[in-house]
Amino acid sequence: MRARLRLGDGTGPVLVVLLILLVALTFVGPAYVEPAGYLALLKRAAPLVVLAVGQYFVVVSGGFDLSVGSLVTAEVVVAARLVDGDDANTWWVIALLLGCGVLVGLVNGLITTKLLVPSFIVTLGMLLVLDGAVFLWSGGAPRGALSPSFRVLGRGSADVPVIGQVPWSVIVLLVVLVAAVWFMHRGTGRMLLAVGDNDNVVRLAGGRVDRLRLLAFVLSALLASVAAILLAGFAGVSAQVGEGMEFRAITAVVLGGVLLGGGRGSVVAAAAGALSLEALFSLLNLLGVSGALESAVQGVIIIVAVAYAAHGAGLRRMLRRPVPDTA
Amino acid sequence: MNRKWSAAALAGALTLAGCSSDLPAAQAPGGTSESAKAKSEFFDQGEYERQLRFRTAKAVGLDSQDGAAKPWEQALEPQLVDTAKFAKPGGGYHLCFSNASVDNPWRQVGFKTMKEEVKLHPEITKFTVLDAEAKDDKQISDIQSLASQGCNALVVSPNTTATLTPAVEAACATGVPVIVFDRGVKTSCPVTFIHPIGGFAFGADGAEFLKDKVKPGGKVLALRILPGVDVLEQRWAAANEIFAGSQVKVVGVEFTNGDAAKTKSIVNEYIQREGKIDGVWMDAGATAVAAVEAFQDAGAAIPPFVGEDQQDFLRMWADEKMTAVAPTYPTYQWRTPIIAALRVLGGKQVPREWVLPQPKVTQDTLKDFIKQDMPPLHYAMCGCEGMPGYPAPWK
Repeated sequence: MRARLRLGDGTGPVLVVLLILLVALTFVGPAYVEPAGYLALLKRAAPLVVLAVGQYFVVVSGGFDLSVGSLVTAEVVVAARLVDGDDANTWWVIALLLGCGVLVGLVNGLITTKLLVPSFIVTLGMLLVLDGAVFLWSGGAPRGALSPSFRVLGRGSADVPVIGQVPWSVIVLLVVLVAAVWFMHRGTGRMLLAVGDNDNVVRLAGGRVDRLRLLAFVLSALLASVAAILLAGFAGVSAQVGEGMEFRAITAVVLGGVLLGGGRGSVVAAAAGALSLEALFSLLNLLGVSGALESAVQGVIIIVAVAYAAHGAGLRRMLRRPVPDTA
Repeated sequence: MNRKWSAAALAGALTLAGCSSDLPAAQAPGGTSESAKAKSEFFDQGEYERQLRFRTAKAVGLDSQDGAAKPWEQALEPQLVDTAKFAKPGGGYHLCFSNASVDNPWRQVGFKTMKEEVKLHPEITKFTVLDAEAKDDKQISDIQSLASQGCNALVVSPNTTATLTPAVEAACATGVPVIVFDRGVKTSCPVTFIHPIGGFAFGADGAEFLKDKVKPGGKVLALRILPGVDVLEQRWAAANEIFAGSQVKVVGVEFTNGDAAKTKSIVNEYIQREGKIDGVWMDAGATAVAAVEAFQDAGAAIPPFVGEDQQDFLRMWADEKMTAVAPTYPTYQWRTPIIAALRVLGGKQVPREWVLPQPKVTQDTLKDFIKQDMPPLHYAMCGCEGMPGYPAPWK
C-alpha cells in the first residue's frame, strides 16, 4: 500500500490536464506557437507555482496555510516602503523579507504544534493579523517605490547559452522545484508525507512530528516570501497583490491530486496543478471568457478534485480521518 | 484512476462550457450595434450631456472675483443659496468630519490636503475626524456620535449613497449645517454638495482622446477596476457611448480589481491574442504603469494610453514619450468642504450643488504636473503645491 502511495502518485492525471491545456493554447493563441509564448506563461505562473510548492508542504503534512496571500501583500508593501526606490537597499530588503517569511512560518508552526490550535484557524488568524497590520502601517495606500534592481528577479531576463533569454523568475521557479523534489526524496520529505498520513505511527516510530510540521510551515512562508519578491518584481507595488492567492495555491495543490488532510501527493503534481490553473485562466481569457469566471472555475476545481480524491482513495479512508472543508 | 480523473475533468469542462456560452452577449466587446445594446443601467443621457457640457463651461468664483479664485474655490453654474440662518460670527469654530475611509492613495492625498487646509484658517480651533474605515454601519454611528460633540459644522464624505442618506438627514435635523462631498446622498438637506464634474466627464475625456488618436479599426482594450461601483460605472458608460459612435474596435473589457499583477497578465494576454493593441482605456489610473510595462516587457510599442494623474504614470508618460492623457478626479476637492464650511458659518452664500472644474492632464500641461520628489502614488491635481507645509505631509 505504502509503495503505491509514494511520490508520483497523482502526477499522471494533472500532467495530462496540463498537456491538454497547453495544446489547446497553441490552437487559440498565435503566440503559443513559439517558445516565447510559453516562457511568458511560465513567467506569469512562476509566483503561483512557488506558492503552490510551499502550500504543498503544509497540505501534505495534514495542514493548511491560509496566511500566504496576506503575507505576500504585507511583504510587497513593506518592501516598497523600505527600498524607497534606492538600488542600495535592494539586497538587505530581500534578506529581510525572507527572514520575515521564516518568522511568520515559525509563529504559524509553533502555535499549531505547541498550542494545538488547528492550522486552518491559526493561519486564518495570521491572514487577518497581517491584513490588519498592513492596513494600519500603510493606511491602505502603499508608499515608497521598488528599485529597478529589486524588480529584475520578477521582470528581467537572463542570457542563457543555447536557449537565449530566460526570465529570472523561470530560473527561480526551476531552482525551487528541483530543491523541493530533492527534499521530498530525502528522509525528511518522506517523513513529512508520513506525518500527514498517520502522525501517530510516525510518533511511535520515533519521528519528531512537531518539528516536521513546523518545518512545513516555515517552508511555506519562506516560499511565499520568494513569491512576493517575484510578484513585486513582475508588477510593482500594490496593496491588492496577494488577494486570493492562498485559495489559488490551495486550488493548485488539490488540482495536482494532493490529498487534503495530507499523506498523499507529489510536489511535481502540485507545481503542475499551479501551472495548469494559470494555463486554464490564460485559455479562458484567449477564448474571450470573462475574468469574473476565474473564482467560479476555482470553486468548481476545488470541489471536483476533492470529491474525486475522496472517492478515488476510498470512503474508508475518508471516514477514518474527516477531510476539512475548504470553502 | 485515470478514467475517473478524465471523467472529473470532462464534468468540469462541461460546466465551464455551459457557463461560458451565454457570456459574450453580456460582455459586448467590439461592434457598434452590440455596444449600443449593452448600454448600462448606469447611463443617464441627461446627466451625461450635462457633464459633457460642464467640461467646457466657464467656472466662476463665488464672490465675482474670477481672476483670483483657485479651481477649488470655483463653481460651475452655481445656484447660490442663502446661509444666513447658520451664520455664527466670531470664529472659534469646531469643525467635524465623518470620513468614509482613507484606504486608497486618492483618499490619502485628499485627506492630507484637507488637514492642511484646516491649518490655513485660525478661526477653526478644533477639527474632529472620525474614519468609518469603509463601513456603512460605522459611518452611521460616527455621524450620530459627532452630533453630540458640539460641532459648528459637519462635513460628510459618504461611504455609500443610499445607506448613509438617513444618517445625513438625522444630522441635518439637529440644526448643524451639513456639507457633503465626493459621493452624494439622496436628500437635499445638506447646505451644499461638493463634487467635481463627475464620472461621465472622466470617462469621456479618455475615450474621446482614443477616438482621436487611434486609427479607424484600431483595437482598444478597456481596463476597469470593479463592476457595480457607480462612479466607476459612469466612467465606463460614457466611454462605451463614445466608442460606440467611433471607428475604433473595443476588443476587450476586463476587470483588474486594481491589482497590478493581474492587469499586467491581462494586457500581456491581449497583446498575444490580438497581435497588436492600438489603445488602452482605463477607468482609473492606479494600475496604468503595470499596463504600460506589459507592452514594454512584450517588446511592443506603447499605444495611446488613458491614465490618471498619479506621479508614477506621469513620469512614465514623460520618460517613454508616450501618447497619453490623464483625466483627473481632482484631489483638490478635499479643500473645498472646509472653505464651504467657513462661508456657511460666515453667512456667505454657497452653491446648492457645488460643481468643481475637473481638468485633465494633457501633453501640453504634463511637465507642470510632474513632481520628481513626490511619491509615485501621489495625485498631481491636489492643488496643494502652494500650501505652507508642502511637500512634507504628502510624502
